[in-house]
Amino acid sequence: MKKFYFVMAALVVASLVITACGGGASSNAFKVGQVTDLGGIDDKSFNATAYAGVEKAVAELGVEGKYLESTQQADYAKNIQQFLDEDTDLIITVGFLLGVDTATAAKANPDTMFAIVDYAYPDCWEGAVEGKDCGSTTEISNVLGLTFSTDQAGFLAGYAAAASTQTGKVATFGGINLPTVNIFMKGYEAGVNYYNAQKGTNVEVLGWSTEAGDGSFTGNFDSLDDGRSFAESFVQEGADIIMPVAGPVGLGSAAYCQESGSCKIIGVDTDWTVSASEYSDIILTSVLKNMNVAVYDAIKAAQSGDFAGGVYVGTLANNGVGIANVAGASDELKSELDAIKQGIIDGTISAQ
Amino acid sequence: MSNTTTPAPETGKKEKKSSSIWQELLVPVLAVVTGLILGAIVIVMSGENPFRAYGALFAGSFGSPVDFFEGIRIYFTTGETAALIKAIYPFTESLVTATPYIFAGLSVAIGFRCGLFNIGAEGQFFIGALSSAFVGYSIKGLPMIIHLPLAISAGILGGALWGMIPGYLKARFGAHEVVNTIMMNWIAFRLSDWLLNGPMKASGFRPVTPNVEASAELPRFFSDPLRFNLGFFLALLAAYLVYWFLFKTTLGFEIRSVGANPDAAKYAGMNIIRNFVLVMFISGGLAGMAGASQVLGVDHWVGQGFSAGYGFDAIALALLGKSHPAGVVLAALLFGFLRSGATDMQSMARIPVDIISIVQGMIIVFIAAPDIIRWFYRIRTAKKEETVLTRGWGS
Repeated sequence: MKKFYFVMAALVVASLVITACGGGASSNAFKVGQVTDLGGIDDKSFNATAYAGVEKAVAELGVEGKYLESTQQADYAKNIQQFLDEDTDLIITVGFLLGVDTATAAKANPDTMFAIVDYAYPDCWEGAVEGKDCGSTTEISNVLGLTFSTDQAGFLAGYAAAASTQTGKVATFGGINLPTVNIFMKGYEAGVNYYNAQKGTNVEVLGWSTEAGDGSFTGNFDSLDDGRSFAESFVQEGADIIMPVAGPVGLGSAAYCQESGSCKIIGVDTDWTVSASEYSDIILTSVLKNMNVAVYDAIKAAQSGDFAGGVYVGTLANNGVGIANVAGASDELKSELDAIKQGIIDGTISAQ
Repeated sequence: MSNTTTPAPETGKKEKKSSSIWQELLVPVLAVVTGLILGAIVIVMSGENPFRAYGALFAGSFGSPVDFFEGIRIYFTTGETAALIKAIYPFTESLVTATPYIFAGLSVAIGFRCGLFNIGAEGQFFIGALSSAFVGYSIKGLPMIIHLPLAISAGILGGALWGMIPGYLKARFGAHEVVNTIMMNWIAFRLSDWLLNGPMKASGFRPVTPNVEASAELPRFFSDPLRFNLGFFLALLAAYLVYWFLFKTTLGFEIRSVGANPDAAKYAGMNIIRNFVLVMFISGGLAGMAGASQVLGVDHWVGQGFSAGYGFDAIALALLGKSHPAGVVLAALLFGFLRSGATDMQSMARIPVDIISIVQGMIIVFIAAPDIIRWFYRIRTAKKEETVLTRGWGS
């Protein structure tokens, strides 16, 4: 028992020390805090990309950056509140699930700047209750919504897919039929159709129809098994290129393609030859959604006092979206993609 | 098992009883302490300062007494409540986090008492939450006194029915409840995926349910951002009711008898099948109530990732609390304070929330293998005591 009392005594002393040195000094640096959604900070997608922008700002702008991970939806409001209590200057929230809590906190704290990835205000529809069903009926002056025209980049990917397919069929599927998901698929389909119109071919798109507004969805963003089985059934239907817009679910598709050798994958959000490099050999290209660029720009503007609420739209023109290297692309295809990119920027080609 | 249950009305036995409570508490308390110490070692290995980390954990779960008295002073001198709210926020948030833990822990504990291992609390939690949400948002115009109990009952019933299915399968066909409750979890998760994307989806594009009506919300005691609500007291009430049911009623005695020795119970004329089904019904109902308290008291809507694994943590809670309602409440408070304080720890000391899972995991290892603790702290084994958790196939 002696040892036991010793341990107890040591703990009492330790707890006194702990209470004494709680708190901690805060510096005068510009403070940035990111609240992740459920994927966590190392999701290799969404939250990680946004935080890459924060880290760049820490390195280059000398801001103080930190993050709080949400493990359940009740954490959203709590994590935002934590940053408010710490007098954080700019709070970055990630994803539509934080849409309502972000708006509510922003309205209650008009002196704090907010940026929300993949969301924008106003977001209320007819009959929705502000602060419950939706965030705000108007723009909020201290919130910048960071949105992305991924259809523009998806268009390029669709064109590249149509140019690369051997079977004449290309496929895509999503996690959940959300605007931020199906916008990839809309651009993809439009890109394939553009290729058909230019080349007189008849490449078919499986898994999405803009006309119907619906397609193939796994219903979740976490089941790798779903990714595998969706890829398998698309291959059975004759497709040889697949664009999964479902976060890590796509890794299941990539694993299937690599094992069977019967299909190629178009990555989304980040360059998958980097973020999922084990599948590099079957990655055709990736649709880049440069959330890091948008977040970095927002921090820079906030720090220098140029912050303005409203909506930021990432496009091909401002490098907010883009397309990664197309594996095995001919010089002809490369120059065509460059020309189309220019056309979309000029507005001569419509991406939807 | 019966030694912990006999009430001691005679005052002469009081001292003996309190010393046995201390005996009961010794291993869990030491397990927690050891878990925290080992957690500190992990923090050191990751290059951080454990004092700073646990300091932030402590401040994040209890708040600072200095801030509290300052808040009271400001309130009485100026009438300004902001500082006071900020001071009590950490403590109330910890209680809010503990609330679903209490219900879910009771759910698994009552199963253990009957020798049933309910791994399905997570699924029952989801079904309970969805049922409550549905009644909460779809019925409009009712007064709170009718609507709130109705929404709570829906959550209990939803979870109870979800739990009763594996209970029935076990009783009728001898199908092991561990396998079946896990399978029921997966059905619940995918069912909720479908419901949130289809029939229960709010208008707008987000795959979440509509907000419940104000008349179905569990009343909160303070204004925003304090989320402390009636759910916590309902959880304490539930713990008392479970205690009363298990130890003061004939049915509870039957359940404990079946758990201790099903063959003897059967020989004594007790209906094993009925008890299995009944316990899984109650167990599921408590897990469903955990979901109901979370949706009606805290979130007011259900989306994907609604639970942070309450149903799975509940297994640990029941073990830590030795399947006794009072023990479960204490264990749930501990987990609530750890989880809630982790936010501060993450922010102030930059320790990932995952460290809490490591600490919790180690606590559970020590509870499951108490001999490690006894050996480490040189505690003599007082008496050989065997707790029946679950039984094998077909028993």
